[in-house]
Amino acid sequence: MDKYSVYSARLVDQTEYMAPGHRACQGCAEVLAVRLILKALGRDTIMAMSTGCMEIISSPLPLTSWRIPWIHNAFENSSAVVSGCESGMKAMMRKGRIPQKKINFVAMGGDGATADIGMGPLSGALERGHDFLYVCLDNEAYMNTGIQRSSSTPYGASTTTSPAGKKSIGQHTQKKNMAQIAVAHNIPYVATACTSYPFDLMEKAKRAAEMNGAAYLHVLSVCPTGWRIPPEEAIKYGRLAVESGMFPLYEVVNGKYSLSYKPPVMIPVKEYLAAQGRYRHLTDTDLHKIEEMAMQEYQRIVRLSEGD
Amino acid sequence: MSEIGKGRKGIEVSIAMADAVAQADVDVIAAYPITPQTHIVEHLADIVANGELDAEFVPVESEHSAMSVCCGSAAVGARTFTSTSSQGLALMSEIFIIAAAMRLPMVMALANRSLSSPLSIWNDHTDVMMVRDAGWIHFFVENGQEAYDGIFNAFRMSEDPGVMLPVAVNLDGFIMTHMVEPVEYVDGELIKKYLPEFKMKNALHPDNPVSMGCFAMPEIYTEAQMSREVGIKDAYPTIVKAWDEWGALTGRHYKPIETYRTDDADYCIITMGSFGETAMEVADMLREEGEKVGVVKIRLWRPFPMEEFRKSVLGKKYLIVLDRAISFGSQGGPVAMELRSALYGQKDAPVVVNYVAGLAGRDVSRKDFRNIILEGKKKAVSGHTDGFTLYGLRG
Repeated sequence: MDKYSVYSARLVDQTEYMAPGHRACQGCAEVLAVRLILKALGRDTIMAMSTGCMEIISSPLPLTSWRIPWIHNAFENSSAVVSGCESGMKAMMRKGRIPQKKINFVAMGGDGATADIGMGPLSGALERGHDFLYVCLDNEAYMNTGIQRSSSTPYGASTTTSPAGKKSIGQHTQKKNMAQIAVAHNIPYVATACTSYPFDLMEKAKRAAEMNGAAYLHVLSVCPTGWRIPPEEAIKYGRLAVESGMFPLYEVVNGKYSLSYKPPVMIPVKEYLAAQGRYRHLTDTDLHKIEEMAMQEYQRIVRLSEGD
Repeated sequence: MSEIGKGRKGIEVSIAMADAVAQADVDVIAAYPITPQTHIVEHLADIVANGELDAEFVPVESEHSAMSVCCGSAAVGARTFTSTSSQGLALMSEIFIIAAAMRLPMVMALANRSLSSPLSIWNDHTDVMMVRDAGWIHFFVENGQEAYDGIFNAFRMSEDPGVMLPVAVNLDGFIMTHMVEPVEYVDGELIKKYLPEFKMKNALHPDNPVSMGCFAMPEIYTEAQMSREVGIKDAYPTIVKAWDEWGALTGRHYKPIETYRTDDADYCIITMGSFGETAMEVADMLREEGEKVGVVKIRLWRPFPMEEFRKSVLGKKYLIVLDRAISFGSQGGPVAMELRSALYGQKDAPVVVNYVAGLAGRDVSRKDFRNIILEGKKKAVSGHTDGFTLYGLRG
């Protein structure tokens, strides 16, 4: 039955490992990602979380949303903290200090915690090969502090520190490709996912946890507040990101690429971007340029998946 | 459990410390190379590689991550050790503070070294003074035996359910880390008796989910800070007990404040760390010349043993305090400031004269000590007690 849970909502674990009552914004797709990933991983999970939205909305003393063992330490170091948890448990089980048990070790952080400030610790933990899953909850800016640009903010997006103006297109650099950086560490499992494809997301989380060694999951987590879209449209925008090819869903298992979802008809990038407040200053020429850049990356992933 | 045996050996202090860590049967060691602590973790790597210690040796990519690994490891209830110096401590300082605030037990060998710039690998106390207020238990050792013993004492203090605080064993870089000294080892039986298995209440485990490191609104932050203050103050009797029991088992007695020939002394020289050994020799020499001088050595730096210190200098006319760091733009060295503050308002409080010496490993010989003590006495008598003197300053 467990095997089929990823195909039917009715079969998904009913337990909520992240309790409701947290303080996330309306329509937050990031908190949905956390909830679904935990359902996929189950109770025997220890999580280290970076400072950020998910930490701040879930743990105001003396309250907590976490029904799994959970530790927050600092912004940049969740992957190092989880390295310590995994090493400690491994040593204690080996020495017979505590009973043997299969535990999933998970570190989670936003795109700032992952692609910017926590890049060193993440790279170190992936390289050392701890048996853990790192989840990047990518909402494409520092949303917790008020929508500042990160290296994961896409080209053309206006944020409070990459504002669009007479002499600025907004973010003028390209989104850092974290999944590819993870792949370069030669770890057994890397995947991209999005909350708008919940079964795919859960299946990937499960598969990642089953791997022996380090795994990296990059989750596009739509942020209505930061993207300036209506809260009820978070799921729609996640779909548009994938169906326009802006955010390809794929897996890299032991170095082998496979595309998880091929849109039957590729929708124009403009449909994804034009109604988002963060892109409203862009011209058709800009949108066209963004589409070209997106297609290049998408085609590259397709080619790799086809074994070229 | 390690097979490192009992006996007296001539051994490098770093290696003796690493042996002690192995004998304490640690579970996780986080290691990053930085001079002059490197020999400690190198030797631990050897011990683990040779199967003499069953532990996870985590060779991290920065000191920041070393301290983060230690936090994760301590949070699951594993016995945890790391070692660092200087810039390494500066880099990890963010997490160093969090480790104490989260009440995560662990032991660090802190091989004290100056901070850049200019870059210097040599010894002074500028690194530890930077984290003076972090909430760790800090004590200083002054010879190889104390460094070796200190590891067991530190684990015993740190993991006590009534303490649950990280402990730093401070030792002067090079002056101690790289010195070959006679060290009496203890055997496994004694360690078992002294250091019980670490059993952490509320460790991270799926069978008992807890949340660690939550955030606090202003309504709670103040109380959280107070609980830290109460926690480290309340640790004091346990710290003393850990040393007392060690003394009973080994015959080697340690105290938060140690005194040498102070009973009939008119005045004292006050040191912390390896200065203490030279100070005692010089006190002996000066005694022969008729100077009624004693030595007060501060072993426990945090929590500061206020009452013991006050008692140790009761009735003395003046104190010459030797610091190994400057608190720039203040009255002088951090130790002198601490002592002045401890004495302020006390009845018949001794006058404090402050010297800073031995920065970045600059040698402080017996002759220098003699100068400092005699000059300091003159300053005290003539009332020139404000601020501090940087001893041996050229030009």
